[in-house]
Amino acid sequence: MLPVLFIALSISAILCALGVVVSRNPIHSVLFLILTFFCISGHYILMNAQFLALVNIIVYAGAIMVLFLFVVMLLNLNKATEPHKSDMAKIAASITAGLLLMVMLGVIKGVSLPSFDGMMDSENGYVKNLGRVLFQDYLIPFELSSILFLAAMVGAVLLGKKNIEE
Amino acid sequence: MFDFLNNTGSIPIDYYLWLSGVLFCIGVMGVLLRRNVIIMLMSIELMLNSVNLLFVAFSTYLGDAKGQVFVFFIMLVAAAEVTVGLAILTMIYRNTKSVDIDFLKNLKG
Repeated sequence: MLPVLFIALSISAILCALGVVVSRNPIHSVLFLILTFFCISGHYILMNAQFLALVNIIVYAGAIMVLFLFVVMLLNLNKATEPHKSDMAKIAASITAGLLLMVMLGVIKGVSLPSFDGMMDSENGYVKNLGRVLFQDYLIPFELSSILFLAAMVGAVLLGKKNIEE
Repeated sequence: MFDFLNNTGSIPIDYYLWLSGVLFCIGVMGVLLRRNVIIMLMSIELMLNSVNLLFVAFSTYLGDAKGQVFVFFIMLVAAAEVTVGLAILTMIYRNTKSVDIDFLKNLKG
């Protein structure tokens, strides 16, 4: 059951990711990306990382993608008006990405990792254990990330304002 | 290759490496192939997510929760990045009426 789920989630994740890249309409890209995030959340659940699965759905599929969707709709880009690159550039981009893929897969193929059992019984991903690690070992980075968020929020508001001088 | 289908206990870590590599390369292809800035940002999100997947896989594999904490931080940074990126994008759109990356040559002189 578990391997079948893994294969199904992997294939749907890859297909949806390809859909993000190749679809002409930006709205379709956003929706494909949301589907990809759901597939990746499924992978997290398979690995018993329940907290991250939920955070992935809430933060990524919920907040970030809604932001993308708002921008696409506010800028009225929901039509396939993108002027396309020349065929030469497209071929060059595909070849570059394909070569990168070949290099990465070649490297991965050479790695021999010991097999292991009981991976899916791990309790690392539970909120209890993750919260303990987060608030004992990583308390300062956690607090600093709030400052990062504040800076990002102020920056976004400042950039989004029409006329700063007035 | 698919002999692990008979094994119901666990999935080899190699398969997560393959999947994550493929997803990352799709993201790279998106950045190289498209001219729309929004789709390039989405491809960057895709790359970040493939790395997150690998982080979680190895965290579970090694029995160490720190990897998942790092995934949490990557998500925070990605959210901040997208916020600022989309704000810059709306400003660019207001000035040039386009989200085409090829129009942004003003710094080239």
